[in-house]
Amino acid sequence: MSEFLAAEHDYIGLSEFPTMEATKPTSDNKTKTTDNNNNNDDDVLNFKATELRLGLPGSESPERVDQRLCSLKSSCPVSGAKRVFSDAINGSTKWVFSTDSSAVEDIKPDVPVKEKKSSASAAAPASKAQVVGWPPIRSFRKNTMASSQKQGGGGDNNNNNSETEGEAKSGPEPCLYVKVSMEGAPYLRKIDLKTYKSYVELSSALEEMFSCFTIGQFGSHGGCGRDGLNESRLTDLLRGSEYVVTYEDKDSDWMLVGDVPWEMFICSCKKLRIMKSSEAIGLAPRVMEKCRSRN
Amino acid sequence: MDLRLPSKVLEHIFSFVDSNEDRNSVSLVCKSWYETERRTRKKIFVRNCYAVTPEAVARRFPEMRSLTLKGKPHFADYNLVPDGWGGYAWPWIEALAEKSPSLEELRLKRMVVTDECLEKIAASFKEFKALVLTSCEGFSTDGLAAIAVACSNLRELELRECIVEDLGGDWLSYFPETLTSLVSLDFSCLDSAVKLSDLERLVSRSPNLKSLKLNRAVSLEALGSLLRLAPQLVELGTGSFSDKLDQEAVSKLSQAFSELKQLKSLSGLWDVHPEYIPLLYSVCPRLTSLNLSYATVQMPDLVELLSRCSNLQKLWVMDLIEDKGLEAVASSCKELRELRVFPSGAEDLDETNVAMTEQGLVSVSEVCPNLESVLYFCVQFTNEALVTIARNRPNLKCFRLCVMEPFSPDHKTQKPLDEGFKAIVEGCKDLQRLSVSGLLTDKAFQYIGTHGKKIRMLSIAFAGESDLMLHHLLSGCESLNKLEIRDCPFGDTALLENAAKLETMRSLWMSSCFVSFGACKLLSQKMPKLNVEVIDEHPPETRPDSSPVERIYIYRTLAGPRLDMPEFVWTIHKNLEIGVSNLAIE
Repeated sequence: MSEFLAAEHDYIGLSEFPTMEATKPTSDNKTKTTDNNNNNDDDVLNFKATELRLGLPGSESPERVDQRLCSLKSSCPVSGAKRVFSDAINGSTKWVFSTDSSAVEDIKPDVPVKEKKSSASAAAPASKAQVVGWPPIRSFRKNTMASSQKQGGGGDNNNNNSETEGEAKSGPEPCLYVKVSMEGAPYLRKIDLKTYKSYVELSSALEEMFSCFTIGQFGSHGGCGRDGLNESRLTDLLRGSEYVVTYEDKDSDWMLVGDVPWEMFICSCKKLRIMKSSEAIGLAPRVMEKCRSRN
Repeated sequence: MDLRLPSKVLEHIFSFVDSNEDRNSVSLVCKSWYETERRTRKKIFVRNCYAVTPEAVARRFPEMRSLTLKGKPHFADYNLVPDGWGGYAWPWIEALAEKSPSLEELRLKRMVVTDECLEKIAASFKEFKALVLTSCEGFSTDGLAAIAVACSNLRELELRECIVEDLGGDWLSYFPETLTSLVSLDFSCLDSAVKLSDLERLVSRSPNLKSLKLNRAVSLEALGSLLRLAPQLVELGTGSFSDKLDQEAVSKLSQAFSELKQLKSLSGLWDVHPEYIPLLYSVCPRLTSLNLSYATVQMPDLVELLSRCSNLQKLWVMDLIEDKGLEAVASSCKELRELRVFPSGAEDLDETNVAMTEQGLVSVSEVCPNLESVLYFCVQFTNEALVTIARNRPNLKCFRLCVMEPFSPDHKTQKPLDEGFKAIVEGCKDLQRLSVSGLLTDKAFQYIGTHGKKIRMLSIAFAGESDLMLHHLLSGCESLNKLEIRDCPFGDTALLENAAKLETMRSLWMSSCFVSFGACKLLSQKMPKLNVEVIDEHPPETRPDSSPVERIYIYRTLAGPRLDMPEFVWTIHKNLEIGVSNLAIE
């Protein structure tokens, strides 16, 4: 077995990668050893180390920036545009997938196991992103449950016990999966709109998912007043990259994302598409008309 | 003295050999047995549509009447395989239309089926009897109409959780009045309402109809009239179970249910209104299979219902049943063999209002002696519970545990779940399928490799610490056939060291791990009988060989590299510019 270990090849380019050297202790923020032969029962798992946290670029972050994440970032030769995690990212995910462009989707949900309904509960759902394919439930089931919860919300008591009549916020919320396509990208993504609470979050997520395809760079990401952005800045952000985000609404019209209030948007959005600005020019006048007729 | 049996005698003997595993063994005995067997095999299973060409299959089995095909890897169910990857039914249907026109049954799983495919089936196979599509996509209701109108001997048409472009409910009306052979109809995954009068007429002229699974659009009231027309049903999938019915309608429906003397399996039950649950009481004692996994029913009502199902063998339910409910199930349903508990949609795990823990499963394992198949989604688990379950139920064959938060340790001791899974693989010696979750170190996989000798399919996510994990599995699990791994931190070494193992397996899926592009190339060179597919949106020339790839799908094949790979699938065969790796990895 020893030659097996000795032949470890640090192909990621990390200076210290605990898993490759099974007898070495892991990096500082873990107290658990990875020594397979060590049956030390006194080692209490550093719970915090395994806690899953997530922050989208620009969001506030407490202590933890996973050291390995930082070094991975710097040594990874993949195109920089794609790897734009802000410094403030909460990255204590245990396993970092440095070249996985669906990184936002692969980041684990923000579910602090110990910290139940803290005041962070408002923040926790807001910053939660969906891990693709986890938990492993078929799309058919997800979509069926989503539409049944929507249908059943009309005061019938045939829903989860967390939903009572008249309660503004029900417990388990339905998923709202929409397909996101992009011109030139080889395949679609699916995202759950319910996991985002604003255009800012949505745009960050889309950025992460598709930035490998954009020609221009997005604007700076490090906390530069992200919180102050309103919806109309979304198109500003993306304009720099020659792409705009559009969506197909309930009436099957294609609209620019960002023009209507968020709540209205998620109710009417069926599909998202990132298209070149030049092609989206024709959308603007219709959007104005729609808004006018709505107001 | 010629000791060989005449082939006619052999044929007769082989006609009693049903299972394909046995038939495969038979065909290995000697040439004449191979020849006789292949000429008499009627049911063919190809579990990876890219492992062999349709022409080869048609050539080997001239008497093929039934073909079962599987396409995409299992993790496609969870959106891990990008659209356009492959799994097209068309090449098969085209080839079979020419070479096996007597085909009667086609069962496809996770394949892309177009309307063109369906039209071709309708046009080419005169004796066509059964079409069963599971988790397929790419067709519309127009394709169904083509099947309905042309297949005059149709017995089975089943669409199980397919993604269908729904252009309306007219397709059902295309079944001709002369079609009376229907045995099984399942359109539960469609959205649009079919014309009720056409459905009623179809049902009433199908005396052999045993299985009917309606879609959600069929109302409760409509259900009543359908049941009256088909009291012989053995399997029923209801539509929506929540109209407002008047008292008379309710009692008529109740009467209709009580007439279903043969009913063994019940499913559907979308939007079940608690006040209508008693309608089902009359069929409960005979039920062997009950799928409540779409019924958002609360625990007390579930218990009321299940306490009457003394013969139940298969139960699919949501976690609304809670620990208490599972305890009740355990005491009422002693014949239980298969239990699946699905999450009720609480994406926000913080706010789960459902009191379901490991205890529910422990209760069932204690009391139900025949329990052999488990799929259990829950929020937390303990080693103790796993040890208890293993002790109670050494007869488990399929154990799939999904602790929904990745890396969750034993919630009482905060330790990894290594010891718990050790107990499972040590105790359940016949375990064939295992899915692990929770916090797991390499130790867990050492145990699995040491004890899981009969495991054929293994699913792993967010686990392990190093290459050792993969090494233990590939070198230890002798019966391993399908291995699927996501988000685990192992890399090239174990994969390359155990390359030979891969030819003994059907397939290996790895996504978000640390396998490098160089290793994939090397593996591909070393093992010509494997297709090593790298599924990655980035062209390989843009990064070094040492960088990890997003997803890998490796499968053995006799058909060589496939010709329908999309842009984002990279192989050394298709992408010659990648060149040969001279990266020497020990």
